[in-house]
Amino acid sequence: MEVSFLINGVSQRVDVDADTPLLWVIRDILDLKGTKFGCGKAACGACTIHIDGEAVRACAYAVKFAEGKSITTIEGLSVGDKLHPVQQAWMEEVVPQCGYCQPGFMMATAALLEKIPQPTDQDIDDNIVNVCRCATYYRMRKAIHRAAAIKQETR
Amino acid sequence: MIIPERSRWFPVLILLLVGGLLGLSAPENRSNSQIEVIPQSATPLDGMQAFDQVMQVLTHKRCVNCHPAGDRPRQGEDSHYHNFGVQRGKGNHGVAALTCNTCHQAENNNYAGVPGAPDWSLAPRSMAWEGLSRVEIAQSILDPARNGGRTLAQTVSHLTEHELVLWAWDPGVDANGIPREKPPVSKVDFIKAVRAWAAAGAPIPAK
Repeated sequence: MEVSFLINGVSQRVDVDADTPLLWVIRDILDLKGTKFGCGKAACGACTIHIDGEAVRACAYAVKFAEGKSITTIEGLSVGDKLHPVQQAWMEEVVPQCGYCQPGFMMATAALLEKIPQPTDQDIDDNIVNVCRCATYYRMRKAIHRAAAIKQETR
Repeated sequence: MIIPERSRWFPVLILLLVGGLLGLSAPENRSNSQIEVIPQSATPLDGMQAFDQVMQVLTHKRCVNCHPAGDRPRQGEDSHYHNFGVQRGKGNHGVAALTCNTCHQAENNNYAGVPGAPDWSLAPRSMAWEGLSRVEIAQSILDPARNGGRTLAQTVSHLTEHELVLWAWDPGVDANGIPREKPPVSKVDFIKAVRAWAAAGAPIPAK
């Protein structure tokens, strides 16, 4: 099946089995390795991307549903050389340890800040449910608040 | 001995016919369900028989898990609270950046074990069935104040045509590849029972 979509602003067309997980297409066909495979069960969030602005777990998303949609991966979060506030905050707070799960967290956070620009701790607990085996949650919470502040400052 | 062409095929046709009949008579619901599908009579159901069959479905976990009493969906065969602290959210589609569609799409994903159907969402709070008796559920679904303002005809359509309701008979597999349990009444018999119940005036037993 041929599926066409926009990914990080670039138009792409792939010819794959309709039920292929979008994560496979992103990593193995389009060679965008930033989005990670974690559990394959939509449980850990390592594969979180944006589809039409909404956070989606790419491992549980059949590519056929992506037809005509706009996809953003971690590679497309910054605008040119300008880092996204989430990326900037992640660096300032030195969040990652091993780093594997972080792209998923950052994409989930970027989606959250679009919906709730100044999230409370409760908002963070309710919306960011990804899994980090290094348990960087404490630094992530600080980074999420920092990202919200940067976003506010740059408006 | 030369067997005439028609006679040679006759035993094969008999076998196919018998096999086909056996196949047709097998219950539709045959996943890993521990619950035996109840064979239904060919005779028309009266209102109370129909009520009984409808309620066998509406009280099943495939329905009640997403008709919770509170703001947290349930999941699985043991109806545990949905993993990850998933919540109802303002529009019954989850919270701002963790909506149902973060994981659930328009159809089951049997690779990931994530169920899906069009309009995947929680039933509104007014349609909470968890903890209700069969009589209370029936009263609820007939009450426009709690059923989304539906008439009886619209309720029949919802129960017999809505893809999210009918997903109960195509629930896919879980994250371990194990088929989810289907309701104990087949889809065909449920639809017949809903229509028969409504045609009889949607009677509700005293208890």
